[in-house]
Amino acid sequence: MSGTGKILIEPVIDRNPITLQVLGVCSALAVTTQMIPALIMGLALTFVIACSSAAISAIRNHMPGNIRIIIQMTIIASLVILVDQFLKAFAYDISRQLSVFVGLIITNCIVLGRAEAYASSNPVVPSVLDGIGHGLGYGLVLLVVAFMRELFGSGKLFGIEILPLVSEGGWYVPNGLMLLAPSAFFIIGLMIWAIRAWKPAQVEKPEYQIHVVHRTEVV
Amino acid sequence: MSESNAKAPTGLFGRLLALPNDSVAKMLLVTIVLSLVCSVLVSSAAVLLKPMQERNVELARKARILEVAGLMEPGRPVEELFQGVETRLVELETGEFSDEHDPNTFDAQVAARNPEMGVAIPPWDDVAGISRRARYAQVYLVRDDAGALDMVILPVHGYGLWSTMYGFLALSGDGQEVRGLTFYQHAETPGLGGEIENPRWLARWEGRRVFGPEGEVRLQVVHGTVDPNSEWAEWSVDGLSGATLTADGVSNMVQYWLGEQGFGPFLTRLREEGI
Repeated sequence: MSGTGKILIEPVIDRNPITLQVLGVCSALAVTTQMIPALIMGLALTFVIACSSAAISAIRNHMPGNIRIIIQMTIIASLVILVDQFLKAFAYDISRQLSVFVGLIITNCIVLGRAEAYASSNPVVPSVLDGIGHGLGYGLVLLVVAFMRELFGSGKLFGIEILPLVSEGGWYVPNGLMLLAPSAFFIIGLMIWAIRAWKPAQVEKPEYQIHVVHRTEVV
Repeated sequence: MSESNAKAPTGLFGRLLALPNDSVAKMLLVTIVLSLVCSVLVSSAAVLLKPMQERNVELARKARILEVAGLMEPGRPVEELFQGVETRLVELETGEFSDEHDPNTFDAQVAARNPEMGVAIPPWDDVAGISRRARYAQVYLVRDDAGALDMVILPVHGYGLWSTMYGFLALSGDGQEVRGLTFYQHAETPGLGGEIENPRWLARWEGRRVFGPEGEVRLQVVHGTVDPNSEWAEWSVDGLSGATLTADGVSNMVQYWLGEQGFGPFLTRLREEGI
């Protein structure tokens, strides 16, 4: 795989911000009861990371080191407000569903993480690709979680009925837990397990190991 | 710094850019330029998009009013359907229509906080737990083909368990019967108090009677289910299990807004004079 392609593709599964880096979990719990808000949230975050990475990378050579976090936050916050304003103007219903969570992209660790770890020391094009890749990785996890939650929690996908509910004359008894935030924890946990079983390289080394002391051994 | 070192800095801006990154001057320059760029971006987006955002809020409110009146038809634009709804402003104390403010732009929430446009509700009257209300309120009138009043829709709000619940209550043209209830803003517990948004529970309000023989507000939410043999069955709505306080809040809200402190005088006028 070419270098640029790798920057874009790697964060989607191999270095996924949610399942490997375990960042941005808060919003992944909150906006994943339905597919449409999850999709919009994924796109919004991708846009914010791509633009903030471009802007931060463009001024990286003129960034005073001791106020760099403030500068990065200012750029990210401005972009998030832009996204929020556009959603309120063009996708009002979805912006109501996402409510405060669009604003909370500002505090999403993935965005600042990429700004600090990558964009502030790399040229513009790779930084944008890196940002888009992380946004897509985040969006992918959101969509998988939302797929499970919307399908089993309300029998629908993208608001279209798939499993007819008992309450509306069908046969499916919805799983109410899926509509509550803890279910996203379970699904993300199972996803991390599945991905690490598939790619054992992602398994973290234990931080410490219990040293077994035998009677014959002098500590 | 490689780019700025490559060629000799020219002009004032070039010289400033060539300053060491951690010098105070450079820090101020970067901060000021960045703040200016960001604030121009943010404020222009806010100003340019404001009309569209306000239109969205307005449309969402109108859609709620149409829903509670049962006039919503999927596939037809809200604006067009809303043409059949007349918006008027009522002075609550007298129950008379008022032309003091434009009913389309009047904001009861803002007016309630204003010392001149709002009134404090004495604690013994404040069953809905809202402490202040505006002196005026919007009412939405729906007429039938003959021009007779078919439905009035009243904005209502009251305190539940955690939050103020905002909604619309639709009554028949004589104000005697409930046609529908909806909530558009609240923060009650999802799954318990949040069930006030459940269409099946809201449907139980339809057809309930409002006033007793003496003209007193009898409409209420009971605890548990309504006993069909009870004397008050016609005025009662089933409670919400696990959400007693929210249901009591809804009950109090209805009592307040339909009572003498709320739309009572207006509804009396409606009953006696017709509009």
